[in-house]
Order: sequence, then structure tokens, then C-alpha cells
Amino acid sequence: MKQFLAFVKKEFYHIFRDTRTMLILLGMPIVQIILFGFAITTEVKDSRFAVYDLSKDAVTQQIIQKLQSNNYFTLVEDINSPDRIEELMKAGKVSMVVIFDADFEADLLHIGEASVQLIVDATDPNQATTMTNYATSIITEYGQETAALTNTRFLINPQTRMLYNPQMEGAYNFVPGVMGLILMLICAMMTSIAIVREKERGSMEVLLASPVRPLFIIIAKAVPYFILSVVNLITILLLSYFVLKVPIAGSLILIFSESFLFILVALLLGLLISNLVQTQVAAMLISGMALMMPTMLLSGMMFPIESMPAVLQWISSIMPARWYIEMIRKLMIQGVDGIYVMKEFAILTAMILVLLGVCLKTFKNRLE
Amino acid sequence: MNEIVIKTNNLTKKFGNFTAVDNITFEVDKGEIFGFLGANGAGKTTAMRMLCGLSHPTSGSGEVAGFDISKDQEKIKANIGYMSQKFSLYDDLTVGENMRLFGGIYGMKKSDIKTKTDRILNELGFSAEKNTLVRELPLGWKQKLAFSVSIFHSPKIVFLDEPTGGVDPITRRQFWEMIYEAVNDDITVFVTTHYMDEAEYCDRVSIMVDGRIEALDTPKELKRQTNSQNMDEVFQKFARTATRSAD
Amino acid sequence: MLKFLLEKEFKQIFRNPFIPKLILFMPVMMLLIMPWAANQEIKNIKLSVIDNDHSTYSERLINKTIASGYFTLEDVSSSNSEALKSIESGKADIILEIEPEFENNLVKTGIAEVMISANAVNGTKGGLGSAYLAAIMADFADDINTEWGRNVDKLNNASINIVPHNMYNLYLDYKVFMVPALVVMLLTMIAGFLPALNIVGEKETGTIEQMNVTPVKRIIFILGKLIPYWIIGFVVLSICFILAALIYGIYPVGSILTIYFYASVYILVVSGLGLVISNYSDTMQQAMFVMFFFMLILILLSGLFTPVSSMPEWAQFISKINPLSYFIQVMRSIYLKGSGISELLPQLLALSTFAVVFNGWAVLSYRKSG
Repeated sequence: MKQFLAFVKKEFYHIFRDTRTMLILLGMPIVQIILFGFAITTEVKDSRFAVYDLSKDAVTQQIIQKLQSNNYFTLVEDINSPDRIEELMKAGKVSMVVIFDADFEADLLHIGEASVQLIVDATDPNQATTMTNYATSIITEYGQETAALTNTRFLINPQTRMLYNPQMEGAYNFVPGVMGLILMLICAMMTSIAIVREKERGSMEVLLASPVRPLFIIIAKAVPYFILSVVNLITILLLSYFVLKVPIAGSLILIFSESFLFILVALLLGLLISNLVQTQVAAMLISGMALMMPTMLLSGMMFPIESMPAVLQWISSIMPARWYIEMIRKLMIQGVDGIYVMKEFAILTAMILVLLGVCLKTFKNRLE
Repeated sequence: MNEIVIKTNNLTKKFGNFTAVDNITFEVDKGEIFGFLGANGAGKTTAMRMLCGLSHPTSGSGEVAGFDISKDQEKIKANIGYMSQKFSLYDDLTVGENMRLFGGIYGMKKSDIKTKTDRILNELGFSAEKNTLVRELPLGWKQKLAFSVSIFHSPKIVFLDEPTGGVDPITRRQFWEMIYEAVNDDITVFVTTHYMDEAEYCDRVSIMVDGRIEALDTPKELKRQTNSQNMDEVFQKFARTATRSAD
Repeated sequence: MLKFLLEKEFKQIFRNPFIPKLILFMPVMMLLIMPWAANQEIKNIKLSVIDNDHSTYSERLINKTIASGYFTLEDVSSSNSEALKSIESGKADIILEIEPEFENNLVKTGIAEVMISANAVNGTKGGLGSAYLAAIMADFADDINTEWGRNVDKLNNASINIVPHNMYNLYLDYKVFMVPALVVMLLTMIAGFLPALNIVGEKETGTIEQMNVTPVKRIIFILGKLIPYWIIGFVVLSICFILAALIYGIYPVGSILTIYFYASVYILVVSGLGLVISNYSDTMQQAMFVMFFFMLILILLSGLFTPVSSMPEWAQFISKINPLSYFIQVMRSIYLKGSGISELLPQLLALSTFAVVFNGWAVLSYRKSG
């Protein structure tokens, strides 16, 4: 036990002496929470638009006023020729141009119908759809306000409830994702690099020649990263609770114990990588390409899994982070009971068993 | 009169409060084997790095191959060879490719590089290894190869920083034979070592203690002055005064 | 001199067991997977239905919902609490509850109610899901109106026709949006990070010391390091064009030469950035961490995934000093809109400034002798 502690201490020295890495490790969760909490939003706000008004009458002025006076749109230019539309779009200065037909007001009053065109830069389809929807509803609303509708039509009134997240804050969705990403990064990436570095420098041989059992050496290498992850986990929870105001609806004990489970998976993955590769660069690239990227892209952290093609959905189901993130979303945001995460729990446990088996096997091979 | 190829005058290097090299003044003649002795941390490598143009002196001056070490570092570099303590050829290039690279860097003609490579490999008995990756060679071979590469472009002076560290006695012996051959080709050799038997092979040695040169003369003269049987004893007598601990 | 250094670098790159594979596989994998995964569209929303009416209308409504293609019917629950359990266990994302007497109310009073409860943990998904459902309800009401002939009075009201045109990406395909931007990430890694790691690697093994005592000028040494990766960068860029055309049928609308021109400026920017990082790092591990850290921030704030205009002021400011955002704008504009240099002058100016700043900084921070 004393030897074991000595090894753990040695690992801590390695980590603490490299201030830069240390800062990054502790700063990463903070930066991510801030980015995801405040900056990364799929909402569409302040889209820049231009107006090409061939009519320039009271009605078009009122509609333009309406479009301008909410935080979805910002008017940047009143243009006078159709050529300018293309110019502005190509330079990326506006993402929507509103065109009013000539005699807009007159047509509306006399014929009862007038046309407005929305030219939308659909480079970003998401933004394009949202902008069209916003603009349509603003203009429609204006139309309804002015034309006193005699309503004899059938209506279905939908009452909408937004469960768990009435304000539809993006942070509710991202926080569990950030937890998965950070824990994966620290446990898997750092552990694999730390072990491979000793291999690369030849100091692993020295350690293996000592009377301490190899398994203990490996565990000793993992302990500091385990502790670091717990520190980060607490940082993330505190930040999201106090800064992002994300409620923690479920039991903390459950959240922590499930996180330990995931940390174990990540540590085993790191160990596995370290058994397979010889150089730090390889360890870094493999954990970057095979763990981090898929975790960001395929775990449902940023992009909905249901919309992916079947192959990717299948790949995403072997990503431990997917199950962990799902579990944390349920436990933390929805506040459900433990029994509702049984499936995810079982999957992570199975992953641990498989990884443990593979790790022991590759580890033995290396010693022989 | 002998031509002087290295000359320093109160050369000093400080890192913060720490004076690594403290007012050293010496001269090295052309064609000489100049031994630079000292315990670890005595300042040998720092002094050598200044002479090679890898580091600026804090004060004092020096000339190598007729060029000022503070101003004409690039000109110095064209006239010297250097072999560092740490093996530093490219592991993932072959023996021949390393020679081609360094020959090319010093502006040698392709045809010259080729004939010289073949000649040297032949002399070393490495001809069969021309296309072997350097990383696959045993350490002793690597060191000999690194030396050959450092004098490949026939420099005026070659700086060797503990060239025989970790090498077996037979290879060390062969290594020194190579050094003598280099001297025959008019190359001046500036070598640091802490093997005192090697110090005996030098024409003159200097002993550095705590950044200062405490002694400088032929091995024979130093032994006479200190009443010693061998260089090891000479060294012990000087090094005893050191206050700085090895790094 | 440079010739010999280049020869050495190329030999080392191709002899490395990892790098050539990386250079080959990274673009292929990225172009194959990313556009499919990085998709903000919401599809296949799992629906749980509580039909308290069991009338012809309520059934028609349910069928219409499923026929819309956005929803998959996961289960039919008998009570709200049962449906909530489906949400808690993750079996359903959204509940549609139809009131008792739905059909009767609609026919008699003209107004019927439904209750939509969405799991809004993912706000976008919850919001869009309920918006889709609401639209389907309105559509359904319109159907009934038409059947009962109540739409005729529409003409009597003044109405504004809204005609939307989607320019540049007619079918609102997300992949068209992602593919040109992915090239930016690839170029950043290949022309920025690989040479930086390479230089730090020479520092770590000590071979850079051997180079430093040779008369090789620092600029030559650095060029020897960068040029191979520039060439590889252009090769990868070309591979990307071919893959984009073959797999996704996406061709640049604008001139391919303009893309190469901007790419060469961008490559200068990122290699300068890489050099700065390599100058401040002693070990590869450090260098990789610093890169990883900054890459994450730069990518997230570049507008690659989410619109810059929706970000708060400070984040928009960061994206102004983020070279990635400019090159992403350039790639998307040229590829999709066919913009030319004249429209992209501000970006050219910004990228050139970055190139000068980073490379200047790299030169100043590089110390061949200490």
C-alpha cells in the first residue's frame, strides 16, 4: 500500500509540474461550459436583412418596421436595384432580402391580395428555415391584425407544454454533453498519453522491474486522473447550477455514481489505447480521432442521433458517451428515478466488462 | 608560429543570478586536440555552446575560426562541426541519407557527397549498412557515424560534447583513432569528456571548476605540477575545490 | 540547401508509420461521416399519443401526423401519466393528447383542443417538434374547412402572399452547408498542426540542435518544414473537391482557382500559428494540448456548426479574431454562392493580416540561439 501511494504521488508530481497542461485540464471544463452555455446556440437571432421596396407605401413601411423591431432581424440596407441583392448575398452581408411588389398597398386594398417575396440565403438550411418561419409569422400576424377576420372557420387550439425546460435553454442539453466530453478527454486521453510517455522514455521498464505488481503501477497511473475528473465533474456541476442556472432535478448520489461508472469506462479505454500504441503522438491521435471526435459528433451532444443515417446510429450506440449523456440528461434535467436508466446502466456495465477483458489480455501480451 | 583557431577573452554566461561560465580566457591552436574537462555542471557544455554560436555570451568575447562569436555566428557555423552529447542524427533516415543531408546542408556538391560517403563507410566498415535506418544501429556504431557526419564537410574545427558517453572501451579506442585521423586531415578537435584516460590523449587539457578554468596545460605538465600519477588524480585535486553540485 | 531539407522531410513523412495513413484517411473519414452526423435537422421524433376521443376525426388526425414524416408513433397510452413514463424512460420525445369529445367540440363549437407536451431538455428538438405538430393541427383544421366549404370566404379578406425563395441551397440540404467548411478543418490540421508537431518532435529528440550548429538559415529550415505540408495540404484539398463531387454531387459554383488562392493565404495563416505554438512548446504533449484546447474554442466559435450572428457580443468578437471563421465564410461563399474575390475582399484582408501577424510573431519568438 505504501508503495502504491508512492507511485500515486509520483504521478501527481508529473501532472502538477507541467503548469500549462494543468491549467488546460482545469480550465477546459470552465471554457466549455461558458461556450456551450452562452455562445453556442442553434437559435437564430439578429439575422441581417435588406429591403427592396418597389412600393414604398404606408403598409410596406409598417411591415418593415415590424420585422425590424424584434430581435430576430436587423435591417442593414434599403436597396434600390435588383442587382444589389446578389451583391449583398455573395458578400455575405445579408442573409435575407424582403421584396415588396409595386403598388403593394393599393393591391392589398383593391384586389385583396399583395405579394411579398422573401429571398433567403439557404447556405445554412437551418437558419434559412427559421428565418422564413419567423418572417412569415410576423407578416401574417400583421395581416391578421389589420384585416378584421370574421372567424367562422374551424380551429384546433394546441396547448403546448415544454417539459423540464420551459424556456428551451440550450444549456440544459449541452451540460450533460460537456460532462461526457470532458470526462472522456481527461480519463482516456490523458491516461493513455501518461502511460505511453513512460513507455517511450523507457521508464516503464524501470517501473516494471520494481517489486510492485504491474497492475498496481497501472492503477496508480490512473488514480490522479480519476481525482482530476472528479474535480472537473464538481466544477461543471457547480458552474452549470450557479452560472447557467441549470437545475439539478435528480439525486446527486445517482449522478455521481453513474459518473464513476463512465469514468471507469473512459479509464479502461485509455489503458487499452496505451497497450496498443508505442508513441505519444499515436496515442493522442487515436484518442483524438477515435474518441473525441465521435464523442462530439455522434453522442447526441450536438446533433440529434435520430436524424442520422442507420450506420451512424449504429456506430453511435457503441459510444459510451452516448449512453452516459442520455443517462445524465434523464437524471439531472428530467429528475427521473434510477429505474429509468437501467438500460443505460446495463450497457455501460457490459462495456466495462468487455473492456476489462480486452485490457487484461493486451496487457499480458505486452509483458510476455 | 602556430595559427590560433579559438580564442576567448573573459567569456561569461549568466542565467539570472547563476554564472554558468565565469570569465574564461584561453586559446586553441590549429591542429590541436584540446580537452575540456570538468565535473557535470561545471559549465563545459555552456561554454561549448557559445563557441558554436548556439548561445550568446553575457559578456566577454571570443573568436572561432577567425570570426567573432557574438556577431558572426552564421559564419562560424559554416566552418565547424558539432557532435552533441545526445545522439542527434535522424533515426528515421538511413546512414547514407543522413550523410547526404548534412553534406547538402553544408553546400557540398552531389558528386563529392557520393564519393565521400562511400569512402567513409568503407573506412568505417559500414558499407553494408548504407541503406540501414540509423535507429537500427547499435549505440557504438551510431556514435562513430555521428562523428563521421560532424566532420563530413571537412570543417576547420570539430566540437565534440562527451562523444563517448555510454560506449564500450573497444569502441572508445576506435573512436579516438578516428579523432587522430581527423587531426591528420588538419581538423582541430575540441572535446569535452569526463573519462580521464581520454584526457591523456589530448595535446592540452583545461580543467573547469564552477565555471572557471582552474588549470590549462599539457597532461604531462599538469601531472608534474600536481605530483600526480595520472590525469584522474590531477582532476581529483582540482575538482575537490568545487562548491557547485552536479546537475 | 532547401532541396536537401525537403528531401529529408518527405522521406521522414512517408516513412512514418502513422502520418501517411492519417493524411489519406482523415479527409475520407471526415467527408464521409461529418456531413451526415453534423445535421441540425430534426427528424424521426418519437411520438406518444393519448387519444381520449377515439372518433373518426381523432384517428384521421393521428394518421395525418404520422404521414407527415417527422414523427414515428412509439406508443399509444391510455393516460397522461403513462405517457409521461414513456418520456422519462426515453421511449418518447413528445406527447399528443387529444381531448375527449374532440370531434364533437370541433363540429359544434368550431374549436377543439389538443395538448402537446414535448421533452424540451433539447430545446431545439422540443421546440421544433411542437411547432411541427402545431402546423399539422392547423393543416388538419384547414382540411376540415375545405370539406365543409368554409374556405370560400378567404377571398373576402385581404391577404398577403408570402413567397419564399431559397437561394444557393434549393433543397435546404445540410450536407451542402457542411462539406465546404470541413475542408477548413482539414487544412488547419495538416498545414498548421502537423508541421508544428514535427518541429517540437525535433526539439524533443535533440536533432534540432544538430541543425542549429549548421549554417542553415532559420528561414530555410522552417521552409523545409512547411513546404511539404503545404503541398500535402493542396493535395488533400483537391481530394476533398473530388470526394465532394463524387459522394455528394457538390461542385463549387465559383472559381476553383479562387478557392486555391484563398487556401494558400489560409495555409500561411495556420502554418504561422503552428510555428508560434511550436516555439512555445518543449514537448509534443504540451503542443498537442495547447492545440487541442484552442482548436475546440476556435471551431465552436467559427460558425461551423451554429450561426455567428446568434452569438453574444463577446463571442462574436472572438469570431472576428478567429481565422477559421473567415476561411469558412470564404469556402461557403465560393462553393455555394459563387462569390469572387471582389465580394470577399474583407476576408482576404483579414486573412492576410493574420498571416502577417502570426508569421511575424513566429519569427520574433523563434530563437535559434538562446
